[in-house]
Amino acid sequence: MGPTLDFLTLLPYVSELVKGLTTTVVLTVVTTLTGLGLAVAVAYLRVNGQPWMRWGLGGYVEVTRNTPFIVQLFFIFFGLPGLGIKIDAITAAFIAMTLNLAAYSAEILRAGISATAKGQLEAARALGMSTLQSYRHVVLVPAFARVYPSLISQAIIVMLGSAVVSQISVFDLTYAANFIQSRNFRSFEVYLLITLVYLLLAFGMRRAFMLVGKRVFAYQQGEQR
Amino acid sequence: MTLVCVNNVHKAFGDLQVLKGIDLNVAQGEVVAIIGRSGSGKSTLLRCLNQLEQHDSGEITIAEQQLDAGSMSPKELSENVGMVFQSFNLFPHKTVGDNVCLAPVVVRGEARADVEKVAREVLDKVGLADKYDAYPAQLSGGQQQRVAIARALAMRPKVLLCDEVTSALDPELVGEVLRVLEALAAEGMTLILVTHEMGFARDVADRVVFMHQGRIHEEGEPAELFSNPKTPELKQFISAVL
Repeated sequence: MGPTLDFLTLLPYVSELVKGLTTTVVLTVVTTLTGLGLAVAVAYLRVNGQPWMRWGLGGYVEVTRNTPFIVQLFFIFFGLPGLGIKIDAITAAFIAMTLNLAAYSAEILRAGISATAKGQLEAARALGMSTLQSYRHVVLVPAFARVYPSLISQAIIVMLGSAVVSQISVFDLTYAANFIQSRNFRSFEVYLLITLVYLLLAFGMRRAFMLVGKRVFAYQQGEQR
Repeated sequence: MTLVCVNNVHKAFGDLQVLKGIDLNVAQGEVVAIIGRSGSGKSTLLRCLNQLEQHDSGEITIAEQQLDAGSMSPKELSENVGMVFQSFNLFPHKTVGDNVCLAPVVVRGEARADVEKVAREVLDKVGLADKYDAYPAQLSGGQQQRVAIARALAMRPKVLLCDEVTSALDPELVGEVLRVLEALAAEGMTLILVTHEMGFARDVADRVVFMHQGRIHEEGEPAELFSNPKTPELKQFISAVL
C-alpha cells in the first residue's frame, strides 16, 4: 500500500493555518497600501525633486530592483541591529515588503506619469495650479489608470514573495505550513493546501483590484482608444 | 484702457529666433486676431502671455502687472489670463462639472457650492448646462472645446487667450465654438486669438495682426487689412488661405 492523502491530519492545526493566513493577508493589505503610497511620492520626486533627491531615490530604486528580496529582508532584520537599530520580525517584514513594492511600483508609475500629455500639465498650469496641485488633481489618476495592470501584478508578486518572511520567524501562511509538517510529517497535504490558498489569494487580489479600478477609472468606459 | 502691453519681446528656442521684437497693445474689451503662417511665432507669442514660454527679453505687462521669468506664480497669473488650447486638454478623469470647478476650488480655495453655481452659469453660457455630469470622452470635439472655454471662464480672467481653438475640430463643429467666442466678444471680453478662421477674424475681431518671421508684419482693422493688404507677404498669405 502506497502513501495516501489524508487532509484530516491537518484538522488539529486549523488555528495555526488561520493565524498564518491572517498574517499573510494583513501584511499584504497593509504593504500594498503603504507601498503604493510611497511609490507615488518616489515617482513624483524622481521627476520633480531636487537633483540630489532624484539621484538618491534612483539609487534606492536600483538597489531594490537588483538585489534579492530575501537579502533585503535579512539586511533589515539581521543587519540593522549591527547599527543599533532593532526591529521585531513583523515590522521588518512590513518595511522590507513596503520598500520592495514601492521601488518597483515607482518605476511603473513613472512610466505612467511620463506618458501624460504635455497639454494636460499646460492646461493645469494655465488654470493656476502649482506643480504639486497638477500632479494630485490632473496627472495622478490617469497615470495610475495607464499602468494599473502592471501595478496589480507587482502587488501580487510582493504578496507571493511574502512567503519569504517565514524565514525571519514571522508566523505567516508558509511559516504555518512549515510548522505543521514538522509536527505531523504530512508535507504533501499541507503544502498542497497552502499552494491552493496562495493561488486563491492571488486570484482574489486581482479581482479586488479590478473592482476598485472599475470604480476609480470609470471615466474610461465609453472612451475610444 | 490698455490691458495687455507687449514691448519689444524676443524669444528664441536654441538658435532659432521665434519672436524678434514684438510690440502689441491690447485694450480692455478688444478682440485681436493673430494670423500668419505656421512658424511665424503666433502661438509662441500667445504662450509668452501666460508664461507657458518665458520670453528672453522685452516686457510684457498685463493689467499693470509685469511678467518676468518666474516673477508670478501660475496662481497669480491665472487672476488675469485664461487660455484655451487647440487640443482642448480637458481632464479625462473628471466630469464636465469637475473640470470647470477644479481650479476655482483648488487654486482659489473658493467654496465648492459657490463654484458649482458659477460652473453651471458658464456651462449654460456655452450651451452645455445639460452635460454637467458627462465625461469628456462622451462629448464631441466641439462640445469639449466649449467646456474648455467654460473652464477658463470660471476663473474670471481679464483676458482669454485662444490658441487655434478650432483647428482640431471637424469642419461642421467649428461654428458652435466660434459662436461662443463671438458671444463672449459681444459681452466685452478681451480676446486674443491665434486663428486660421479668416472669416471669423474678419467678422468678429476689432483688429487683425499678421505675423511673419517672428515680427508683426502688418496690422489693422480687419475690413481694411483683408481687402487692402499693403505688404506682399500678407497679400500672398491672404490669397493662399482665402
